[in-house]
Amino acid sequence: MSSPFSINGGACVAMVGKDCVAIACDLRLGLQSLTVSNNFPKIFPYGDVYLGLTGLATDVATVSDLLRYKVNLYRLREERAISPQTLANLVSSSLYERRFGPFFVSPVIAGINHTTGKPFICGFDSIGCIDFAKDFIVSGTASDQLFGTCEGLWEPDLAPEDLFETISQALLNAVDRDALSGWGAHVYIIEKDKVTKRLLKGRQD
Amino acid sequence: MLEAREFPPIFLCPVCKAPQLITSKYASTFLFIYQPPKSCQEVLLGITGKDFTLIAASKAAMRGATILKASDDKTRQLNKHTLMAFSGEAGDTVQFAEYIQANAQLYSMRNEADLSPSAMANFVRRELASSLRSRKPYMVNLLLGGVDPITDKPSLHWLDYLAALAPVPYAAHGYAQYYCLSILDKHHQPDIDLERGLELLRLCTDELKRRLPIDFKGVLVKVVTKDGIREIDYDDSKQVQSA
Repeated sequence: MSSPFSINGGACVAMVGKDCVAIACDLRLGLQSLTVSNNFPKIFPYGDVYLGLTGLATDVATVSDLLRYKVNLYRLREERAISPQTLANLVSSSLYERRFGPFFVSPVIAGINHTTGKPFICGFDSIGCIDFAKDFIVSGTASDQLFGTCEGLWEPDLAPEDLFETISQALLNAVDRDALSGWGAHVYIIEKDKVTKRLLKGRQD
Repeated sequence: MLEAREFPPIFLCPVCKAPQLITSKYASTFLFIYQPPKSCQEVLLGITGKDFTLIAASKAAMRGATILKASDDKTRQLNKHTLMAFSGEAGDTVQFAEYIQANAQLYSMRNEADLSPSAMANFVRRELASSLRSRKPYMVNLLLGGVDPITDKPSLHWLDYLAALAPVPYAAHGYAQYYCLSILDKHHQPDIDLERGLELLRLCTDELKRRLPIDFKGVLVKVVTKDGIREIDYDDSKQVQSA
């Protein structure tokens, strides 16, 4: 309880499938054991790339606002949408700018690169070290539990519908074992030409 | 990959055990500051309904164990249909609230249009968030109640001194959270009318009178509707039997 990462609670996970990626987060906002809100999404869209942010709620909001500003400027300057890889480097350098007074967040990125058509996910620590992964990325207070459920459920080349089931079960079962996460979830399934957002009710206790 | 990174211990408020964390961008180490314990005992309550937002704030102005005033107004009107209630460190609260109030009014005069409640909440959050990583942050907890002038939709925003912002149907700050949120969880519906809203508020204040160890001198109640903000006569004289 002595870390700013676990004051407000929350969890986020991203997974790779066959020509698709998925990203999901819980909806709780708390102050230690007290739940303040059960509708606090932690995934933010930047064009068709998605960023999940867990950690200190104030920094979740600050970082998501800051990146919205930077990505909007990027789109105006370049006259094209940002790719997941570019966003990853933007997040990384933005976080490292605050090396000695960091934002207390653990970001996760999921998207499909429109030039190569390849799925892309990655995670970061709070000072911007990128963790590229071929399978899944987890973050938040339920990250230990998520490692377990993802390791158990994930398999290569899942179709979009199967990926949805896998990521949903992985998240819901992980947050049920974490007192600081839960209260429903948002799940995004990102394919080449469409994105499906689903709201999971989950356990409300 | 920076994993299990050690952080200096966060101090917990000796009274309410709330984490007391402030970071400073000027220092490579972290700076930790206590939120004054008495702010936990100040009552801020907000309830939204079908077409209104109710804000209630305790009337006691405290300094240490002393009550200096029993008719304190912990709210400021930001524009025609947005009201802000605040608690926290003495001085910081009114200073910050009136700074926000002045900027809200400046915006209204310049643009001949008011900021919507959610736009206002995001403005306040940004001001508080940039103060958080400064040399001397504001220690202020806020509730922002409003009714959108275009859609007539009521809204309530909860903000703590770390500048975490959450739009909520009902909210509280300080010890009142522990007593009132569970009552409102059970009884609140999004489509209630003002009469029912006041009934719920009565349930909450009765519980606070019953369970809080100190006298908070009753609450000042204001309601925001599409017609503006008005104070509501709220009878606090009734004695509540303790459990």
